[in-house]
Amino acid sequence: MKELNLTASDDTLYTVLDEVRGMLESAGATEKQIIPITIAVEEIFVNIAHYAYGGKPGEAIVEMDIVQDPRAIKLVFKDRGIPYNPLAKEDPDITLSAEKRGIGGLGIFMVKNTMDHVEYEYSDGQNILSMDKAF
Amino acid sequence: MQITEKKGENSLILEVSGQVDTVTAPELQTSILTAFQKTANVYLDLSDVAYMSSAGLRALLIGQKTAASKGGKLIIKGVQDPVMQVFNMSGFSKVLTIE
Repeated sequence: MKELNLTASDDTLYTVLDEVRGMLESAGATEKQIIPITIAVEEIFVNIAHYAYGGKPGEAIVEMDIVQDPRAIKLVFKDRGIPYNPLAKEDPDITLSAEKRGIGGLGIFMVKNTMDHVEYEYSDGQNILSMDKAF
Repeated sequence: MQITEKKGENSLILEVSGQVDTVTAPELQTSILTAFQKTANVYLDLSDVAYMSSAGLRALLIGQKTAASKGGKLIIKGVQDPVMQVFNMSGFSKVLTIE
């Protein structure tokens, strides 16, 4: 298991993506498997960076682990920001035309569609979002 | 991410290479909007893009809306499988003009 403890911001995004990519590559994941997972990681991490602390820098913890049978990556994101369950947000209407289309909620919608499981809990003053995907 | 602007016939072509993410998408958005200040038709060549997050989709949607408001077109070319997956998942494959 690997744990990253960092300030959530756009500046630290690549640190997180590089670690996740490295772990998946070492475990034998293909590029086709790695890309959607790293996109899901970006969506969650950027949400924390932009909103958890009201736009100010704040601490985030990212835990990642590879498990076997079936082989999967497990990721946990923790922050001590404003309590917020991103999974409770209504899914965007993806059938609307470009003119009527907004962009809100699309990132989380993609995470839900990409990962096998996504869970949120608020515990001990922390937002905790866990997700996993077999590969 | 790198963007190269080339002249086409009554159009501009933006060749994008690299990752379109939260960090790089604002530059893509600026390039698209700048191109629409010069021409009504913009081609976006994504042959060298394998990674696009929702930040990239936002840039494309703003580009698409700008094209519509100018009576022009934003045409996406060379879409790779992982990016098409994102377009399909988000419903953008029906919103964008993809060649």
